[in-house]
Amino acid sequence: MSPSLNDSAMSQSEELVIDVRGVVKSFGDKTVVDGIDLQVKRGEIYGFLGPNGSGKTTFIRILCGLLTPDAGRGTCLGFDVLTQQNEIKRHVGYMTQKFSYYEDLTIAENLDFIARLYHVADRKNIVEQSLERLGLQNRRKQLAGELSGGWKQRLALAACLIHSPQLLLLDEPTAGVDPKARRDFWDEIHGLAADGLTVLITTHYMDEAERCHRLAYLAYGHLLTRGTLSEVIASGDLTTWSVQGKDLRQLADKLRRDHGINQVVAFGNILHVSSRDSAKLDVAIAVLKSDQHTWTKIDSGLEDVFIGLMGETKDNFS
Amino acid sequence: MSAHRFTLHRLWAIVIKEFIQMKRDRLTFGMMVGIPLMQLMLFGFAINSDPKHLPTAILSADEGPFTRTLITAMQHSEYFEFVRTTNNEEEAQQMLQRGEVQFVVNIPVNFSRKLLRGEQPSLLLEADATDPSAVGPAVNALRVISSSALNRDLTGPHASLRSSPGPIELRLHAHYNPENITQYNIVPGLLGVVLTMTMVVITALAITRERERGTMENLLSTPVRPFEVMLGKIIPYIVVGYIQLTLILLAAHLIFEVPLIGSIPLLYAVSFLFISASLAVGITFSTLAKNQLQAMQMAFFFFLPSILLSGFMFPFRGMPEWAQWIGSVLPLTHFLQIVRGILLKGNGLFEIAPELGSLTLFFVIVMAIGVKRYRQTLD
Repeated sequence: MSPSLNDSAMSQSEELVIDVRGVVKSFGDKTVVDGIDLQVKRGEIYGFLGPNGSGKTTFIRILCGLLTPDAGRGTCLGFDVLTQQNEIKRHVGYMTQKFSYYEDLTIAENLDFIARLYHVADRKNIVEQSLERLGLQNRRKQLAGELSGGWKQRLALAACLIHSPQLLLLDEPTAGVDPKARRDFWDEIHGLAADGLTVLITTHYMDEAERCHRLAYLAYGHLLTRGTLSEVIASGDLTTWSVQGKDLRQLADKLRRDHGINQVVAFGNILHVSSRDSAKLDVAIAVLKSDQHTWTKIDSGLEDVFIGLMGETKDNFS
Repeated sequence: MSAHRFTLHRLWAIVIKEFIQMKRDRLTFGMMVGIPLMQLMLFGFAINSDPKHLPTAILSADEGPFTRTLITAMQHSEYFEFVRTTNNEEEAQQMLQRGEVQFVVNIPVNFSRKLLRGEQPSLLLEADATDPSAVGPAVNALRVISSSALNRDLTGPHASLRSSPGPIELRLHAHYNPENITQYNIVPGLLGVVLTMTMVVITALAITRERERGTMENLLSTPVRPFEVMLGKIIPYIVVGYIQLTLILLAAHLIFEVPLIGSIPLLYAVSFLFISASLAVGITFSTLAKNQLQAMQMAFFFFLPSILLSGFMFPFRGMPEWAQWIGSVLPLTHFLQIVRGILLKGNGLFEIAPELGSLTLFFVIVMAIGVKRYRQTLD
């Protein structure tokens, strides 16, 4: 591709790296993605949440040109998602849910292979730098198949960054990775975003969701809510009390029977009791209040909101 | 834009990757060298279509010196091993019927005397011809040894009896297949069989493995084109195919002493087409198979008719018409004609041109199906 075309394509969408509307994708008679609109700005870390089978992976595959949507239109990096999939592929880094590099190739060989596929200029140096930046240079001759989950994830990230993409699509990158490695990974992602890279990431971890600039919650192929962390929490419109004390199980059972209460979730020795109707919640609690328990009104968390959303949506596998 | 078109650097990337993976997978690599050697030994040595030491009974009604000469000569030829001498015709017939002997040599009364009188006595050889290829060579051998051995004894005043048509009349009660298979026939044929086996099976697994391990999704998300992946996967195996070809040719020449009459460079050149055709079959199978096991099954589904109907196992002209029809679709059938033509008959490009045409047609059709089937997107 000529540089001039690249520039013009980029200037048109200076702000929006992803801008798609009404995206639909079905497999057989099952609609997996059902009319999703999504706008993502340059340099943003956009978190995608939702239960398993909600259509997150399918949507990401559409964005990176692996799948053609049945309906909808839009652009990714200024290129049409329906017709310019080859251009999109050249500027997107996609990290699959399952480790999908070659286990019988060494770390350096894997990186070199990917760099060759993208025809990266000054390949040897770029591979060297990539090994160095991710702290993999001592393990360069180790077979990828022998790596632990955390190291595999580092390799996958290094590989999908090797062609300096403008958009990074990460599908549950931290599943099965220990907390230290997850934190390092997120520090790296924030560093990349600060340099102008746009990141779309799916996750099931609330602490990770809270590190995203913006969030979207997907269920049953629909986007149920989106916005910044505080916007998403506000959209849940929940009042939450936390309860501490004895016999929490029995208390939880009683609370669950009350129709004014939407959800009761145990967090260790604490119960979170949430409702959309704060008046009804107050009534329900008043009956049950006793010396045995300490009741505190707290701010609703992201997890409270998402558990609420998950409870309301049908399971996609049913 | 260049992103849409075939590029050499992406092709090269796949080729290098395949070679590294081949190097790491010791078992498969061992098989690629081991299979040709194993098949050579099996077909070349174990499956002998020129059998010797065949059990033979003698039904003799003559005790003369020429009878003894004849029997000794037959023994020396190593084709016949005498297990029984009898003068009971019924017993001899039963032995033949029960399969205890392959032959009964029937020496008539007054054999020696008639011989000396120049009456050209008849020697009846009764053969169990259920396996015609077992009978043919021995019978041919007997024709030669009977006359040469007896001629040696016909000295002095009897020398005049040496005249043609020979001192005795050899009569055979058997039918044998005129197209009789020898090692000269089998070893060049093995070349095609081994190439079919490794090229189809191993490449059928190559792409299926990428899909099974999830690496295909990753490959597809890069700008690499379907044709680049296919070709990149094919090229390393073409190199392997040529190594196998060289191994078999060396063994054919050094171990089995197969005459290599025609042009070896020509053979190497035309083998390229056959190797490519076989690889195209493997790749196409891999685009149809859901997992490596299915790919393996398809490969064997192709491999069996290739062995049975191509003229490798059985003479092509001896097969019924429908079988010949199926056989002529298979690339191995045409390649066998080419290999045997070049190696044994010294054929040139002109003689093998029709077969080359068939191979080219096969390659183009299968490759087109393969490229079409290979889905660039996952849906």
